[in-house]
Amino acid sequence: MARNRHPAFLPLILVGGLVFGFGLGFSHMARPEVVLQFLQFQDFGLPFVMFGAAIVTGIAFAVLPRVADAAPLTGDPFERRLKSFDRNVLVGGAIFGVGWGLSGICPGAAYASLGVGNVTILWAIAGMFLGAYLQGRWRSRPASGDASAR
Amino acid sequence: MTLDPALLQAFAEPFPNGLSRYVVGGLLVGLGATVIYVGTGIAAGASTFLESTLSYVSDRSRFQRYVASRGWRLVFTFGIILGAALFAATVQSGLITTSLYQSGSTGRIYELAGVTLWLTDVQPWRLFLGGILVGIGTRVGKGCTSGHGVCGVGSASRTSIAGVVTFLLVAIVTAQVVAALGVTP
Repeated sequence: MARNRHPAFLPLILVGGLVFGFGLGFSHMARPEVVLQFLQFQDFGLPFVMFGAAIVTGIAFAVLPRVADAAPLTGDPFERRLKSFDRNVLVGGAIFGVGWGLSGICPGAAYASLGVGNVTILWAIAGMFLGAYLQGRWRSRPASGDASAR
Repeated sequence: MTLDPALLQAFAEPFPNGLSRYVVGGLLVGLGATVIYVGTGIAAGASTFLESTLSYVSDRSRFQRYVASRGWRLVFTFGIILGAALFAATVQSGLITTSLYQSGSTGRIYELAGVTLWLTDVQPWRLFLGGILVGIGTRVGKGCTSGHGVCGVGSASRTSIAGVVTFLLVAIVTAQVVAALGVTP
């Protein structure tokens, strides 16, 4: 937070989050039941949410680098920041898939679910933090460079 | 030539709630991510919030990598909650009526201070256990349904497409097995 940021940076993030969360509510993805109905082949709406959203971002990702050099609020270049592929993508994706298939929740939709009044979702949010903490503990170990620190 | 009603029904059956609400909602989700990208160049994902927020309470190296971004990620998540609450206060409460919204057959509706809210029927143990696996999986797998599914697929990232295909297939198998075991809801 110490870095000099454009005064509109956080307000813009908030507005983006607002639209994002409103969309998750509108699409019913904030309801775990609706996600489970897709995974059980009872309602094929979900892919239209995900790919509808990906088409909009896809247009932005394709057009902006051609019309502007840098983002106005950060000065960061509009470039593809791709995540590298390795076995973790498949292993993590599979673990995520089991959790998603069991619960019908994913991170963004879980936060939105809280917003539509679903306080029961706090179980899922608590679980996500616990899971992220467990993997962070485990993955911090080899990176710490201190073999004696268990 | 008249359209065969059986054909129409065959098309409508996979979409008992219609298609429009999913498409409109999806376009808004994409628009939210685009607003952030246009201003900041950030391709936003929702799951890094877990690790970045843990950096407030743990000094493990894995979490400390996200200290620089934890502030805006809190604001982004707060925005998602607030945006969904805005949906609840308007469309879900009937203040704005649209044919795209029906209160639906899932979960339970309840009122609080004039706002119509919604509660899931999915059992807490499923949410908690699923949440733990989602928490581990998104972090090991470098993204979730928004980071990989929306921003990653939007940027035609092969890594993200591989991630999405993996978690979609595994989730379908898992949900089918859970349903076959008779777990409802």
